[in-house]
Amino acid sequence: MSFDPQQIQDVLVIVVTAATPLLIAAVGELVSERAGVLNLGVEGMMIVGAATGFAAAYLTDSTMLGVIAGILAGAVLASIFAFLTLGLAANQVASGLALTILGRGVANLIGSSFVGLKRTPAPHLYIPGLSDLPMVGKLIFGQDFFVYFALLLTGAVAYWLMRTRSGLTLRAVGDNHSSGHSLGVPVRRIRLLAVLFGGGCAGLAGSYLSLAYTPFWSPDMTAGRGWIALALVVFASWKPWRALAGALLFGGVSVLQLVFQTWGVPIAPQFLAALPYLTTIAVLVVLSIRDIRGAAAPASLGIPFIPDR
Amino acid sequence: MRIDLEARPARSTLREILSPVAALLVAILIGGVVVAIMGRSPLTAFQVYFVDPLSQFYSLQAIAVKASPLILIAVGLAFCYRANLWNIGAEGQFIAGGALGGWLGLLTHDGAYQAIGGWWILPAMMILGVVGGILYAMIPAMLRVWLNVSEILTSLMLVYVAQLGLDWLVRGPWKDPQGFNFPVTVNFDPEASLPILFEGGTLHLGTLFAPVAVIIAAIVFSKTIFGFEVRLVGSSPKAARFGGFDDKRIALAAFAISGGLAGLAGVAEVSGKIGQVLTTISPGYGFSAIIVAFLGRLSPVGIFIGGLVLAVTFVGGEDAQIALQLPGDLTLAFQGVLLICVLAADVLSHYRLRLRLGAVS
Repeated sequence: MSFDPQQIQDVLVIVVTAATPLLIAAVGELVSERAGVLNLGVEGMMIVGAATGFAAAYLTDSTMLGVIAGILAGAVLASIFAFLTLGLAANQVASGLALTILGRGVANLIGSSFVGLKRTPAPHLYIPGLSDLPMVGKLIFGQDFFVYFALLLTGAVAYWLMRTRSGLTLRAVGDNHSSGHSLGVPVRRIRLLAVLFGGGCAGLAGSYLSLAYTPFWSPDMTAGRGWIALALVVFASWKPWRALAGALLFGGVSVLQLVFQTWGVPIAPQFLAALPYLTTIAVLVVLSIRDIRGAAAPASLGIPFIPDR
Repeated sequence: MRIDLEARPARSTLREILSPVAALLVAILIGGVVVAIMGRSPLTAFQVYFVDPLSQFYSLQAIAVKASPLILIAVGLAFCYRANLWNIGAEGQFIAGGALGGWLGLLTHDGAYQAIGGWWILPAMMILGVVGGILYAMIPAMLRVWLNVSEILTSLMLVYVAQLGLDWLVRGPWKDPQGFNFPVTVNFDPEASLPILFEGGTLHLGTLFAPVAVIIAAIVFSKTIFGFEVRLVGSSPKAARFGGFDDKRIALAAFAISGGLAGLAGVAEVSGKIGQVLTTISPGYGFSAIIVAFLGRLSPVGIFIGGLVLAVTFVGGEDAQIALQLPGDLTLAFQGVLLICVLAADVLSHYRLRLRLGAVS
């Protein structure tokens, strides 16, 4: 077993690509949860984003249009969730599950005529000289544009949530919707926007899977990533930059599979495939023992809000 | 425009019974529009999905065989959901029960029990199935009760783990050596297979578990203190704690009932319907049962009816694939639409909707 620097870089590149969809979806869900809305439908919005994104990109032969379609599809699904939970104050957990079930069905319907088709993956950045640097060139200057966008998104959301007035309002709504309402803050409108943002991000994360990660569509290709993104939000204590750390951790775990295979470690592939899910559980357990969860969760998270006019 | 909710002055049992029915009708209408967009006649589709399965004896049996696991699982879920515990991993508990119970069926294969007779195998398998489901449900339950870890995420993650675990077992240690390398196990002996209820049919003894579970659950909810405790812990946890109820014990019990029934459904499916263990033993029963639970408004009798309705869509969906070349995923999408309609109708049975034009608040 030798440690070739080139190989290490290749592994790190895979870690980053595996982390990117998790990060995008988690940051979107984080905003929604900071506003007090728990949308468990991330997996459903993600898979619809993947199917729609691929379909649109294939038909128009444009990755960009595919991405936009994926974002819109996620947001459309989120608007159904918003109607149920904000308009009708329905149970958020059940509504999120409904969204996941609906999303799987709709995505498979959209994707059914695209099974087995391939596209060229989304383009990677190439800066002559920089991208060819040994060790770090490909890792820092040679990713696809989703990766850079995900980092920008994380930074922007972190800044906006913590440093701007509207970010503060959103957090206030998530911590105590009744006080917000009595101060004249439009609670439901803010939550609607937060939910739509979360849906758009989940759709984007999905389209990343079908346009860049594996440039084809296959049913159930999200494989629980939406749920892992939900766990990431808890892991991150509802803070964007910590979501980045968590996403890289999970990206690393899912890459272990590849690494172990190349090293020829005799472990059944099913056990390696189960690692991300087991890690999620382990991480949630460790977090709860340290008990930063209770202190950090938005106080109104998951509680329906019915304005008394 | 804004939507306002106005609480209805009085609860109405009739409205609560009618709300899932209305939801089903709306979902069917939406389904009809989708079918029309896909270029098929909605009326023919309705015939294939909802009428034909009910008019043939063969498909009536198929409905019962499909409804049985859905009802068993959903009755268990009702205990969890009423106690405000979100066990969404019934699919994993189903697999755990099917695997542990099925394991005994594999051990006793080919008359390995002949010295002592085979009468005990089926009961033992059923018990192992229940135990498997309970043990698997205890993981999220104990994490929730003692460490306050979200049961939603852990129970769901364990579904993936169970699926992969079963896949490994059937491709690895449990594979039939004479199976031409197919990922299947040996077939169960008749002593390990739930008997078919009548000659030439598909209805097996396990189908009867569902109505029995419904009756017992209905009695538990309406006549026992435990049923009352579950409801109280869910609706007002503070009052329950003040009343001296042990909410941890109730949570563990609700999870155990839920996991046990899902495990029983799993072993009944393996022993009664499949007859061996395969890499996949469930077409998503554990998730569809969530819809059944809500369609039945978390009441055992309602769940019984809801399970039959969902089973009709499963059977009708299979027919529609052949008769109308409609994709099978349409059924899944329809089930999602149905759950959304059910949740919306549930709110509307308690609140009046007021639409106001003008500023949003």
